[in-house]
Amino acid sequence: MKATVTVMLKQGVLDPQGEAVKSALGALGFSGVAGVRQGKLIELDLAPGTTEAEVTAMCEKLLANTVIESYRVEIA
Amino acid sequence: MRAAVLVFPGSNCDRDLAVAFRAAGFDTHMVWHKDTALPEGIDLVGVPGGFSYGDYLRCGAIAAQSPIMRAVGQHAERGGYVLGICNGFQVLCETRVLPGALMRNAGLKFVCKMQRLSVTTADSAFTSGYEARQEITLPIAHHDGNYVADPATLQALRAEDRIAFTYVGNPNGAMDDIAGILSPNRRVLGLMPHPERVVDAAQGGTDGAPMFHALTKGLVVA
Repeated sequence: MKATVTVMLKQGVLDPQGEAVKSALGALGFSGVAGVRQGKLIELDLAPGTTEAEVTAMCEKLLANTVIESYRVEIA
Repeated sequence: MRAAVLVFPGSNCDRDLAVAFRAAGFDTHMVWHKDTALPEGIDLVGVPGGFSYGDYLRCGAIAAQSPIMRAVGQHAERGGYVLGICNGFQVLCETRVLPGALMRNAGLKFVCKMQRLSVTTADSAFTSGYEARQEITLPIAHHDGNYVADPATLQALRAEDRIAFTYVGNPNGAMDDIAGILSPNRRVLGLMPHPERVVDAAQGGTDGAPMFHALTKGLVVA
């Protein structure tokens, strides 16, 4: 079983890296980008029996800093 | 007075901090991150600068989960003193000993230079050797020093006079020009600049020395 954790900066938190990517795209002539947000994608290869609640606890404790980041867990 | 300096894999200012503590008169002990307890009778814990765990995941995030940080949290809770410098400030924010977070510099560049600062409050054991609103110059060297906190936290920091240092000419986008903050009991200081790198004229400056001298006098045994 696999869990995919997506960690993004919260809305309203300035994302300097996203801004830099946006301006680089503009410099390449891609004028159709109104905004860029950059985050992290973390794949967890789960041992049998690991629950979604445990993955959420991992996010709260380590994988995301909830002061500035939000996260989303998908289990497949 | 007894001080401890934590050592994580990737710490690189630990020895500088120990030299500064010893020069000020502290009986100083190096403490490895896998230790589960601080040595007996420690008054002050230094969390040094560097790149603990290679800054993997987020700066300070892995170090914050190390065994010694549990002991440091307990030390802070019972009123012990903690000084977190640069990566140490990031670690203290990640452990929630201090509020807020340190994000990538707004200009995206690693900033390494001498930086003018204003001492925002002299009301702490760390800053009592300075005058309030005194300007000093300390080195900064960081990629992630952009202090961010929610509006309620910023309001509390201002209202409780817990902003210790502000930048004169903001180098990294930090909210309210914040370079360092104090805990509610004023016994934990986290700051991005490096006072331990300017304690002796041979280092090119001495503006950090008053912090260490004040600490030798101002500590209350917790």
